[in-house]
Amino acid sequence: MNFIVFVNEHYTEILTSILQHIYLVFFSVMIGILFSIPAGILLSRHKKAAEKILAVVSIVQTIPGLVMLGLALLIFGVGNTPALVVLSIYSVLPILRNTYTGLTEVQPGLIEAGRGIGMTLSQLLFRVQLPLAMPSIISGIRISTVYIVSWAALAGLIGAGGLGDLIWTGLSTYNTNYILAGAIPSAILAFLFSGIIGGVQRLATPRGLRGSTA
Amino acid sequence: MITFKNVSKSYGRQVVLDDLSFEIKQGQFVVLIGPSGCGKTTTLKMINRLIEPNSGEIYINGVNIMRQNPVELRRSIGYVIQQIGLFPNMTVEQNIAVVPKLLKYPKERWKPIVRELLELVNMPYEENAHKYPSELSGGQQQRIGVLRALAASPPIVLMDEPFGALDPITRDCLQEEVKKIQKKLKKTIVFVTHDMEEALKLADTIVFMNEGKIVQMASPEEMLRNPADNIVREFMGRHMQGGESPDLYVEDVMRTRILKVPKTLRTLECIDRMDRWEVNSVIVINDDETYAGTVSLEDIHKQGKPGREIGELITEETPTVSRFYKAQEVFDQLLTSPCKYLVVLNDDRTVAGLVTRTSMTKAVGKALWGAEIS
Amino acid sequence: MIDLIPFILEHLVIVLVATGISVVIGIVLGIVAYWLRFTAQPILWFSEAVQTIPALALLAILMILFGLGNTTIIAGLTLYALLPIVRNTHTGLISVPAAIKDAARGMGMSKLQRLFRVELPLAFPLVFSGIKISVVNSLSIAVMGVLIGAGGLGYPIYRGIQTQNLRQIMSGAIPVMIMAILFDFLMSAIERRLTKHAK
Repeated sequence: MNFIVFVNEHYTEILTSILQHIYLVFFSVMIGILFSIPAGILLSRHKKAAEKILAVVSIVQTIPGLVMLGLALLIFGVGNTPALVVLSIYSVLPILRNTYTGLTEVQPGLIEAGRGIGMTLSQLLFRVQLPLAMPSIISGIRISTVYIVSWAALAGLIGAGGLGDLIWTGLSTYNTNYILAGAIPSAILAFLFSGIIGGVQRLATPRGLRGSTA
Repeated sequence: MITFKNVSKSYGRQVVLDDLSFEIKQGQFVVLIGPSGCGKTTTLKMINRLIEPNSGEIYINGVNIMRQNPVELRRSIGYVIQQIGLFPNMTVEQNIAVVPKLLKYPKERWKPIVRELLELVNMPYEENAHKYPSELSGGQQQRIGVLRALAASPPIVLMDEPFGALDPITRDCLQEEVKKIQKKLKKTIVFVTHDMEEALKLADTIVFMNEGKIVQMASPEEMLRNPADNIVREFMGRHMQGGESPDLYVEDVMRTRILKVPKTLRTLECIDRMDRWEVNSVIVINDDETYAGTVSLEDIHKQGKPGREIGELITEETPTVSRFYKAQEVFDQLLTSPCKYLVVLNDDRTVAGLVTRTSMTKAVGKALWGAEIS
Repeated sequence: MIDLIPFILEHLVIVLVATGISVVIGIVLGIVAYWLRFTAQPILWFSEAVQTIPALALLAILMILFGLGNTTIIAGLTLYALLPIVRNTHTGLISVPAAIKDAARGMGMSKLQRLFRVELPLAFPLVFSGIKISVVNSLSIAVMGVLIGAGGLGYPIYRGIQTQNLRQIMSGAIPVMIMAILFDFLMSAIERRLTKHAK
């Protein structure tokens, strides 16, 4: 009951936080996509280097989020920018890895057929490899987005705003209402994004690959 | 048409092709065969520059292909591979039209091509064009693979063990179809296989390779008669005539008491005669007694109308053989072909008899045990 | 360095206790999903949903239930670690070849005997790889415990952020990363041996 009253009193604050959260997630995932897909294509053409680079990137991924935020805070100060930088870095790995595996798992027979009938490298990429890798790439984007919704909540700690702010206020003042007002919408956002991208993934799967149920 | 001049290829110390020189003439069905690692696939892939030689030259119609743009070269050569390689994200139609589209044919031009090609392999456009490869059987997929190679009507088609992954019955059908298509469209086909039976069946010329060299390049008949060395002999295996067994020719294993009817015979009368002979198909001959085709009882019942001439129902699907062929060659054909009999022709194309499984068995039995089997 | 050791140990204890609980619950859930096929979807869906909830949100809600301290972070890590273990247990069990299951049944083994003598041992390499993923993830997430009053290496990191002291941040971060890489390396090595035996 208390909570409903609280939401009633604070709904502009909550709404602002939700929008800020979406903004953080959207931009960092966008940056992640714009960087990772071309990079994944590049890696798929240099497989030897790719394994090493992916190994290094996944070590970066083991750096705890709090540490990354702390470092960003030291370098860029308080605010939006450090959060965006850190979140973008975190969004890279899943998309990069899935782009790379999606492209390299295209059957060699198809590549040979494509080359054998006279496709240029870019025709092969856009007509065969990318369409076939699309489900895997989008699944990477989905994983990234769910991560970033989570990490963005943490970014409230360094003054990036968003739902993390509310949770953080709640935690430091031991105010259950604030905690719930931040935690529940952030969970809903995560489910929502995951569901929407899952739908997009099904749509982007070439019809010929969608099993007999499609 | 295709000329290899002193072509060599090696990977590190491993020599794959060793100073290869040969020529393939236009319109020929050439089969490259040999043990694995003999260089046959490498040779094939050099023709469309998927692999490039270390030294030597390859000419197509007098033009050195190394001076051509590889992408353009490949678009002018059909290519079929064992893994089929149909693009799973494209429909049958899109797969067939992929090269014409790369060549920027307008839609009005490639649409009819797709339709025509599908008809060529008896896969009606309406039923098949909008399916995805995953909805087709393996045999149908490879049919589409072959059609894709033909779509931009390239004079040359390369086939890299295209039927290796298919079951024997499907393989048989596709071999027949490809041979038919090749004759009809007058393509030059270069075909890699490790299956001698396939080579004998399809080839105008067989190129037998071993350790990066050509051991023998000859017609199937010549290769059967005079294999160049032991490896070739071994590969021929059961297709060679054995030393001990007697020479049997088709005329030794055929039956001559057969029902022949003129083209002009009426359907009802034909059924009547077939009844009396207790047969369910009949050989139809032209006025000059040459072979015209066969008609089965089933065909008459299905399509025949009373009072019409039998000549309208003729099918030419029954394989024909010369009476002077070796019985052994025909034996395999009889066992693997869907037809229950073969028509034996004299040199002047008149009908000499039929080889059926029964007549073959009787003759072989007689040759082995020297007694007539009742 | 010396004063870090208590933090490292506490961090490890938190992670190992949480993973331990998660292994027990996760394997049991995986077996239930395998035995009662209609439960498979809901169980997998539940473990996936838990992981979709943002970590800070989950921890904050758990804090309302369990209060400040190690219990909350252990509960959170346990929930977070479930998915890889449940999923891998389930996948491992259903991918035991049917011929082997039939053979076991044909020899007169009961359902439990089949599970413990045949199916689980064969599924174990995959289960173990799930556990590895959980441990490595948990090591990194456990840092957040400091926000809900738990101990471990989150503490020096958080102090470092508050005082804007890079050295202090790194003094907490580096042990976390070394542990994550070490566990990943060691458990991967064990995993390889397990899969080799399975073949």
